[in-house]
This record gives sequence, structure tokens and C-alpha cells, in this order.
Amino acid sequence: MGSMQNQQRWGSLLVNLGLLLLILIWTIPTLGLFISSFRNRDSIQNSGWWNVFPHRTYETVATLTPAEMGLDPTGPMVVEGVETTFEEIRKTGVTAEDGTFYRWVGNRRLGRIEQQEQKWAVDWSFTLDNYRQVLSGKSFEYKRPDGSIQTIPGDNFVSAFLNSLAVAVPATVIPILVAAFAAYGFAWMRFPGRRLLFIMVVALLVVPLQVALVPILRDFNMLKINGTFLAMWMAHTGFGLPLATYLLFNYISQLPRETLESAFIDGASHFTVFRKLILPLSVPALASFAIFQFLWVWNDYLVAIIFLGGSPETKVITQRLADIVGSRGSDWHLLTAGAFLTMLLPMIVFFSLQRFFVRGLLAGSVKG
Amino acid sequence: MQYDSARGDTGISRILRIALPIVAIVAALAAMYLGFNFLRAGTGPKWLIVAFAIVWGVGGVALLYWLLNWLVEQLGTVWRGRLQPFVFVGPAIAMLVWFLALPVLRTFWISLFNRDGPPPGWLDWSNLGGSFAALGSRFVGLDNYVAVFTDRLMMEAFRNNIMWIVFGATFTVIIGLLIAVLADRSAFERVGKSAIFLPMAISFVGAGVIWNFIYEVRPVDVPQIGLLNAIVVGLGGKPQPWPAWTAIAPWNNLFLIVIVIWLQVGYAMVLFSAALKGIPADLMEAGRVDGANEVQIFFKIMVPYIMGTIITVTTTVVIFTLKVFDVVWVMTGGQFGTEVIATQFYRQSFTARNSGYGSAIAIVLLLAIVPVMIYNLKQFREQEAF
Repeated sequence: MGSMQNQQRWGSLLVNLGLLLLILIWTIPTLGLFISSFRNRDSIQNSGWWNVFPHRTYETVATLTPAEMGLDPTGPMVVEGVETTFEEIRKTGVTAEDGTFYRWVGNRRLGRIEQQEQKWAVDWSFTLDNYRQVLSGKSFEYKRPDGSIQTIPGDNFVSAFLNSLAVAVPATVIPILVAAFAAYGFAWMRFPGRRLLFIMVVALLVVPLQVALVPILRDFNMLKINGTFLAMWMAHTGFGLPLATYLLFNYISQLPRETLESAFIDGASHFTVFRKLILPLSVPALASFAIFQFLWVWNDYLVAIIFLGGSPETKVITQRLADIVGSRGSDWHLLTAGAFLTMLLPMIVFFSLQRFFVRGLLAGSVKG
Repeated sequence: MQYDSARGDTGISRILRIALPIVAIVAALAAMYLGFNFLRAGTGPKWLIVAFAIVWGVGGVALLYWLLNWLVEQLGTVWRGRLQPFVFVGPAIAMLVWFLALPVLRTFWISLFNRDGPPPGWLDWSNLGGSFAALGSRFVGLDNYVAVFTDRLMMEAFRNNIMWIVFGATFTVIIGLLIAVLADRSAFERVGKSAIFLPMAISFVGAGVIWNFIYEVRPVDVPQIGLLNAIVVGLGGKPQPWPAWTAIAPWNNLFLIVIVIWLQVGYAMVLFSAALKGIPADLMEAGRVDGANEVQIFFKIMVPYIMGTIITVTTTVVIFTLKVFDVVWVMTGGQFGTEVIATQFYRQSFTARNSGYGSAIAIVLLLAIVPVMIYNLKQFREQEAF
């Protein structure tokens, strides 16, 4: 028995360690972004974000000129009794016999030699400037290390954030409302074509929205609503409806028949039953689809670039971020802060309503 | 609440009863139109416009339902019974037909034409009186489909999408299953699952930035700021621009596929986790009593039991990877041998403005998904719910 218990203990240790490793791998990308978004521009460009953790680094304790040390970089050199070449001392440095460490800094002709010591260090040059610059619509003055001042236009994420809200809130609520009415109709009303129409809903669950983009764009052009929030709401409502109707039907049709029947006997109309009875009872299902749809709309990029277009007035937050990627793809201080801003609201929604989200995933696992 | 308007009413009051809701609907539509124009003009502080937009959009839809229902409830019992279901179901059906069902046919129609699209009057079935001469010069039949299956970039896109499906789906399922099994037995299931699940809340554009940062490359003689190249250099290797590294094409696609695996494993894990918890404890116990070890229990009991879920997750991820767009578009723009079907669709339809060719690509994408649609319909028919 003893060895079996031992085996179990090892097994459980292995399970926990394995999971911990996977969690680390899954978290590090987001963590790196989060930490970087608070580091100042120069730190991000010149050192890895993991330097915020304690690490061994070389610090300069004395600066010498090659002439002082009697060195000629054109050939083999002897630094404090150790033979080396220019390439070696510049790239990896040289440790002298007495333990001091030397490194060549700069080019061959004008370089200097630094005597360095290894020390524990943390790089904690944190700042909120990245966020200020990304959020603001105004220009931003950046002071270079050499003292000169560079003016950079802000990225106006505040405006983009509001646009995303203006798109995402109605594009979440409207399909839920429309789908809830339809789900009630399919579940509790009898009408010709009912079965056929619901089969259409099921068939449309997996239709890729790419198929719809060109014709719908033409319709919106004709109606002159391209580039408006209305166009986005309609598109997202149309594309989200099959899943919404399917999910809500599954839920609403399972509600106890007796509850509804007693309401009808009391003389309530369908509309009253729907509003006063079905909607409150369906809150869990409504919430789980709401989270689903909200995350999908908030994170959407394809529908936005097609129906919202390129006007800076209406750009949503994913478009803004993609713009920085395209135009200033190596400005990591902006990209990290911007990316984190795009994730902020989804993460809050996600953590506060995770239970509903999981339920929605489990119920809606037929959609692509 | 429920009253029969047909009885005890004089003709005039009955007409008024029906006319009033109709007037209200017209007034509501007019008010919404004015609101729309106010929104489009966009004068005022941003937050105010946004708040107004939300109230206008959500409130307007709710109001229309309410008014339509009011109208129907003024009718006699017979007509109310006939029409009320369509007040409830109609708007949803209309939207579905307009935004998904009809576009399938219209996109197919457009795909039969050259880059100019169908001539005016031939766009929809509405006006078939357009001139035959215009039709003849633009109609190309199935030429676009021939191009789809012969064009070099499309071949590349098909190859890459197959890689996406094979590697993306396989690893998502395997890792998701692994984590679900581990989490089920670990001491910190909830926290662990949340951490794995979190990337699902991140947009593809955001994920693109996160992974671009990991793949960032610096010249050999300066410190690497991207995690991957820092590790490579630390191990004595040479830094590489990973997704843009054409020398290893098509394998550089894997660096993009990893991102979607990272995003999707949470989904797979949640479904597997729920399925695993549904396995009866005595079934597992019986296996243990019979002397099966944990590996045998996994393959002989757990996997067969949750096979249905494995199929569901696999099809979902396959459909998803077939449509993958944002990640590729933001990371590489389809360059360096990373083109996929959806980026080709976007490029042809909206950048090159060749809607005929773009539409043919969209139809091919749809055809690839049709088997899943048929499977779903079959499943639905087997349910006795309807």
C-alpha cells in the first residue's frame, strides 16, 4: 500500500506541475504585454520586459580610453594580461586575471573601454505616458534622451473606445431582443411554415459571413448608410441572429409549460407573457448570449473595416490598434498600451460574468 | 387584458383603433429617421452622441415591436391569431433572409460575372429587364471558379488553410483535452481554467500585437526585446523574423497558427471539462478495479465517452480556421507565403475590387462548410423537439 500511496503523491505532483507549466505558457504573452505597456519608450526599445524582474547585469564602474591601457584595436590586444581581439572584447568582453571585467564600447576608432561589475538589478522605469499618448487626441511631446523634443500625434483611443461602445451595446441588445421574440414565437406559437423557418435558422448557423459581405455592402451603399453605426448594428444583428435564435429557442422551449398556461388562463396576451414572464425567466440564457455577442462585436475587425470604413470619426478600437500596427509597427510603447486598452473591457466582462460565458459556450457549441 | 375588439364596437371606433397604431408606427419611424440624421450630423460631444445612439438604437427596436404588437392586438381574434406569430418571428426571419440567406444566392450570382459585376438591372432578380448586351459582355460563367482553383496565390491559400486545419485543430483539441484532464485532478482547477480561458476575451488584432511582440526581431548585436528571439539568442542561435521568415515557408505559418491555438484552447478545455465531469464515477471505478492504469482509463473509457464532444470541438475549430482572417491580416497581411482563403477573399473583393472573383472565393469557402451544415441539420431532425 505504501508504494501505491507514494505513486499517487507523485502523480498528483506531476499533474499540478504540468498544469502550472501550461498556465505559465498561457499567461506569459499577456503578462509581457501588460508589463511593457507601463515601461517607458526607451526601456521597451532597448531591453526585454523580463528585465523588470531581478537579474544579473553589468554595471560600469570606470571608463578608460584604449590609449590609457596601451591598446591598439587593429590587431591582437593584451588586456591586463589576457590576450584578445577587438571583436571579442566588443562582443563578449574580457575577464582579466584579477577578476575585473572589461568591455569595449563604441566603434574601433573612437571607442572606449569600460570596466564593469556584475550586479543584481531591476529595471523599474515605469510610466503612464504610453497610455496618455494613446488615449489622447491631442499631440504629445516626447523628450528624447538627448534633450530634443519630438511632437507625436495622439491616437485618440478615448474616441475609439466610445465608438466601440456605440457599436457594441446596440449590436448586442438588438439581436437578443429580436432573437428572444423569435424564439418565443417558435417555441409557443403555431403558425404555417414554422418548422421550415426554424430549419433555415439551423442551416444558417455555420454560413461564413464572408458570403454576405459583398451583397450587403451594395445594399448599404444604396441605402446610403455605409459608415454609420446603424449599418454596424444591422450587420452584427443579421450575422448574430442564427446563434441567438437557436440558443434562446433551446432555453425558452424548455421552460415549464404549466407556468405559461396558467398565465394564459388568467387572460394574459402573448406579449404580456413574453415581457413579464419569459424575459425574466430567461435571464441566464440572455446573459450568456449577451456576453458571447458583446465579446464578438467588441473584438471584431472584419465587419468594422468593411461597413464602418476608414473615417477617423467612427473608427472602433480594433481599427485604431490595427492602424498603429500598420503605420508604426515598431512603436512598442504605443502598441502595448493600445492593445491592453482594447482588452480592458472584454476582460472585465469576462471575469465578472465568466459563469454565464461558460454556459453560453456549452449551449452554443454548434456554431463555427 | 385580452378583449375582443370585433364585438360591441361601432365601425368608426374600430377603424380608429386600427388607425391609431398605424399612425403611431409611422410617427415612430419618422422620429427614428430624424434621430438617425442627428447621429449622422454628429454635432455635439462624443459621449452624448454615443449615449444617444445607444438609446436610439435599442429603444427604437423595442418601440417598434411594441407598436406592431399593439396594432395586431386591435384586430379580431382570427386575424390576431394569424398575424401575431409573424410579429414575433417576422423581424428575425426578415433579417436572416436579408443578411444571410439571400446573400448566398446573390454572391453566387455575382461570382458568375467579371470584375464589373452584374450590369444594372441584373444585380438582383428584381428587374430582369436589363439589356442582354450588357449581360453578355460581363457574364463569365464559371471562369472565376476555374481561376480560384488555378491561381498561384489561391493554391498557396488552400495549402495554408489545410495547414491551419490540420495543426490548428489537432493541437487545440489535444492541448484542450490535456488541460481539462489535468485541471480535473489538480488543486487549483478554477484559477487554472480561468488563466487558460482568458485569451478568449482578447481580439485577434490584440492577440496579433501580443505575438508580434513575442516574435519581434532585433539586429544580432543589440539586446533582443522579443521573448522568442531572446530565448533563441540565449541558447546560442541567430535571431529570426519568425512569421516573415520566407526561407522556411510554408512552416512560418505555424507561428501564426500558434496564436489561434493560444486563443482557442480555452474553448476546447471548457467543453471537454464539462464532458469529463459527466462521466459516471462508477464507470471509472470499474475500470480501476479491473486493473487498468490511468493511461488505459484515459484511452479506453474517457475518450470514447466524450467522443461526441471531441467531434463538436473539432468541427468548430475547423470551421473557425477555415475562416481565419484577422490574425493573418494584422500579422503579415498575407505576405511571406502566409495567404489564406479569407485574406484572398478580402483582397480580391475590397482591395482589388474584383467582386466576381472575390465572390467565387466566398462561395468556395461556403461549399467547404456545407458538410457541417448538413450534419447539423441531420442532428436537428433526429431531435424530437420540433
